[in-house]
Amino acid sequence: MANETQNRLERRSAVHRLLQDRDPNLLIVAGLGSAIWDAETAGETPLNLYLLGAMGCAVSTALGLATAQPEKRVIALVGDAELGMGLYALATVGWRKPENLTIVCLDNGRFGETGGQVSHSGVNLDLAGVATAAGIPTIRRVSDDAGVDELRAIIMDGPGPAFGLVEITADMPPVAMPIRNGTIALARFREALLGHDALKE
Amino acid sequence: MVEATNADWKDQLYNSIKALNITQVVYVPDAGHAKLIDRCLADTEIDCFPLVNEFESVGICVGAWAGGRRSCALMQSSGVGNLVNALGLVHSVGAPFFAIATMRGEWGEFNGWQTPMGQSIPKILDAANIVVNRAETSADVIPVTEASGRLAFNSYLPVFSLISQRATGAKVF
Repeated sequence: MANETQNRLERRSAVHRLLQDRDPNLLIVAGLGSAIWDAETAGETPLNLYLLGAMGCAVSTALGLATAQPEKRVIALVGDAELGMGLYALATVGWRKPENLTIVCLDNGRFGETGGQVSHSGVNLDLAGVATAAGIPTIRRVSDDAGVDELRAIIMDGPGPAFGLVEITADMPPVAMPIRNGTIALARFREALLGHDALKE
Repeated sequence: MVEATNADWKDQLYNSIKALNITQVVYVPDAGHAKLIDRCLADTEIDCFPLVNEFESVGICVGAWAGGRRSCALMQSSGVGNLVNALGLVHSVGAPFFAIATMRGEWGEFNGWQTPMGQSIPKILDAANIVVNRAETSADVIPVTEASGRLAFNSYLPVFSLISQRATGAKVF
């Protein structure tokens, strides 16, 4: 839960550490809002798919991607409120159990983009507990660098599906806006992943 | 049943799914889709699983498309409203989205609780700029659904095939 302020990671450095020496087989779906800026500043790549709207859809999108690309590794990088809005997606991940999917939830217990109002996980919602109850077999609570390193290993090698609850402070690092046009971003993603001919389908 | 003159479409829909090269089917079950769901679950080439809420279907289908796969979402009209907010994803990324929804709350409906969504779904989808093709009778179901799928995947559009309650047969308790 996110109501204590000690023993928490700074979000951007945690995400950068998680994505350091990034494997080319890693695909990321990030949901709004700060998770996108964190991923973008870790290194721009067409293999990051950002949802700048459609709040609550990021885990489901990552699930669809992971099941379509079983040879790749897939992260859903989401804030606690993005995850909360589509919470039932955890139940479907628990049903389908894609081995190559890890949900990384950056939990600051805040609605960060809208003024820092306290969110459900900031009071009593235990998102790792929900993921456990949903049947996701690998669960990690991460609040230090060693935990980040272990989560990176799980992302790449399993066992999945996995859920990492990264406990972060409420700091809001600067916005790093990616390509905002979703049609262009998806086309870039598909071209990089599937090859140019996929755009002719 | 108030009317379901020819329910062969319930078997034939599976062939339509295969003909459209769809390899992932997600569903919130409805009795009208029961045969199709069973056949998809039995097909090892189709990744078929249930959803808690129709909202999930949009992200899953867009994610699958991002990964090079064609998907279809099955649902009942009573749940279509649950995914309206998520449909913004489809418009924003230019991905196809193909759904087959069986209608309730219209043709001789027994349960009045079904009518608020049943009566408003066509208007809601129209307002959300979703293409709606409606199969009014049993004979329409296969051609309308196949045309809807082709439109979705070939033109990168969100398309619903609505199967009317006249075709599914109104449930009588």
